[in-house]
Amino acid sequence: MEAVKLGSATVGLKGRDYAVVVALKRASSELASYQKKIIPIDDHLGISIAGITADARVLSRYMRQECLNYKYSNDTVYPASRLIMNLGNKMQKCTQRYDRRPFGVGLLVAAYDDQGPHIYEVVPSANYFSVKAMSIGSRSQSARTYLEKHLEKFSQCTKEELIKHGLEALKGTLPNEDLLTSANISIGVVGKGENFHILDDKENQAYVDAIEKRKPGGGPDDDSGAGGSSLPSVPTPADEPGDRDPIAAVAMETH
Amino acid sequence: MFGGFDNSYSPMWHNGPKPGAFYNFPATSTSSPKDEKQRDSQPITTGSSVIAFKYDTGVVISADTLISYGKLLRYRNVDRVFKVNDHTIIGVGGEYADFQFIKKYIDQKVTEDYCYDDNLQLKPKSLFNWLTRVLYNKRCRFAPLWIDIVIGGLQDGVPFLGHVDHRGRAYEDAAIATGYGKHLALPLIREKIENQTETLNAERAVELSKSCMEVLFYRDCQSYPQYKIATCDGQGARVDGPINVAQNWEQALNV
Amino acid sequence: MLSIEDFPEYQIPGAKQVRFNPYESNGGSVVAIAGDDYAIIAADTRLSSGYSIHTRHQDKSFKLSEKTVLASTGCWCDTLSLASLIKARMQMYEHLHNKKMSTTAVAQMLSILMYNRRFFPYYVSNVLAGIDENGEGVVYSYDPIGHCERKKYSAGGTAGPLLQPVLDSQVGLKNQVGVERSPIPMERAKAIIRDTLISAAERDIYTGDGVIFNIITKDGIKQERIDLRKD
Repeated sequence: MEAVKLGSATVGLKGRDYAVVVALKRASSELASYQKKIIPIDDHLGISIAGITADARVLSRYMRQECLNYKYSNDTVYPASRLIMNLGNKMQKCTQRYDRRPFGVGLLVAAYDDQGPHIYEVVPSANYFSVKAMSIGSRSQSARTYLEKHLEKFSQCTKEELIKHGLEALKGTLPNEDLLTSANISIGVVGKGENFHILDDKENQAYVDAIEKRKPGGGPDDDSGAGGSSLPSVPTPADEPGDRDPIAAVAMETH
Repeated sequence: MFGGFDNSYSPMWHNGPKPGAFYNFPATSTSSPKDEKQRDSQPITTGSSVIAFKYDTGVVISADTLISYGKLLRYRNVDRVFKVNDHTIIGVGGEYADFQFIKKYIDQKVTEDYCYDDNLQLKPKSLFNWLTRVLYNKRCRFAPLWIDIVIGGLQDGVPFLGHVDHRGRAYEDAAIATGYGKHLALPLIREKIENQTETLNAERAVELSKSCMEVLFYRDCQSYPQYKIATCDGQGARVDGPINVAQNWEQALNV
Repeated sequence: MLSIEDFPEYQIPGAKQVRFNPYESNGGSVVAIAGDDYAIIAADTRLSSGYSIHTRHQDKSFKLSEKTVLASTGCWCDTLSLASLIKARMQMYEHLHNKKMSTTAVAQMLSILMYNRRFFPYYVSNVLAGIDENGEGVVYSYDPIGHCERKKYSAGGTAGPLLQPVLDSQVGLKNQVGVERSPIPMERAKAIIRDTLISAAERDIYTGDGVIFNIITKDGIKQERIDLRKD
């Protein structure tokens, strides 16, 4: 659980026809390049990670393999709900045995299948939740507050608006004096008639510019008044200590 | 490398062309491996033809209820068309035991869907592809499941019809028939669906199916006057029958 | 394992053990021509066994990427299985290398996949067409066990032996003196393919019903159809 909070934040949200994940990339040192945060799994599904990247790679390899096998034998994409259930079962095994450790990574899964767009949150305890919007990672509480505040709007949003909302939410998770740039964000989109793909630098820049322009448009603030509109469909894992996130700040100092 | 090569009589050169001969491909006749298991190379208890075609909003599959043992009409009241789920139906010819074997797995898939309880059901195209893979793999192991199976149904609201044979040869078409139906019934069906003067609705489709079954009964000596018709459209899938051919042999007196 | 064939004295006269033949020829012909910046690959749409036609509308081409199309005839069950294997392997490649598979890479992989079944071959006649890394049109042709050859034009399938000499003359301009060897324009290539397949339908009973063209350019792949004789 703690490992997830050490990872940089990622936000996932869905509208009527699209599911979007937005992630903040971080470099482990001045010398390193940015860590990959969004991993495409199949045409209809991709994940965004927060936590131990190595564990995420193992999970992504597993999911890719499952999707390929399913596609090979059934000529259709693996329904997201079943893939996540399958993944949850795999992750659960590690939580129950003393000689294993759980996967130290949280996932936000964006998918589009016959049942429409999905965002799933998968946590190291092997729980998974179908959510309308969610954020995980360091300082993600402010992003969640933003998402809760704007939740009503998402179902009517176009793809572009969803991405902007995602970035807006992500902005709240930035460490002090840091800005969103095309290089430190990663955007993954999937939707009706659109395979899962990660936007390139140019597209990122366009969205960053759009966000910067409409600054007064309700940036994320930790106004607790908005907390009243928190919906039951956005479950917060019970064992997560709410908005307290002290370790994350320490982790960010390495940046 | 040649340590384990103890059969002293084995020729230096094999599998290739004999001296003075051309390479014979596929190399089944040059030298056949003796150690490979011998399996049934022909069906024993068999179903005869299946006829199937699409109409404007759905699919109809029909087959008689006979299983023959060579030329003996062995089992006269056996279903050869089935409802798989609300939007998938199948019809089967060929070795009935092999079909019963595969039917077990199809039923298992349907039960699995039910147990997942997520409103996802096996679609005809998925079943079609899955059967293609299974039958192809069996063929590659020289243990073919000797069946001719026709899969029909609604794939996301659009009629679907496909055929897989014991080698895993698969195709989709608007009209499919197996066995003698291919020679006797298919021309009748193609005539109706290719030169349409009036739309082929469910009622006319069932009529056409009935007249085809009648022709088959009169001409195919391994057929039976009792048959069943499965239909699948927006109203769901169902199997009707048994229906009996209204036999009229008076014309025989004129021959 | 011993079988009845090892004990001739116990065999019943007249009774013959039929070995299951996993192969079947389902017919069909493919023609492909590559130009400077395009490639066209066309296949007929008849799927048959012997005298019996299964379907008249079988698309025998498989779009593998925006730059590559495979057309394959022969034992249809092998074709289907090979095509879905290629698609799965291409997705694995994309995940591993974070880029789309180029036509040359697909061509090489196909050769290896085919040779992997050296002693139980895919009984298929493959022609792969596409645009390579330099934007040039290219055609690869294969034999059933994976021999791969890069060409500018090729014919395969049941009417392949009928059509290849025509292409050699019309596209390759083989053994002709005093001809100008200029790049072949797309319309000309399309016309040649059309004419050859129409002729093939005259003489080869396994070819007919229709043709599906795949025209591959840098802007993507376009499909076109024409009818052939249906008898």
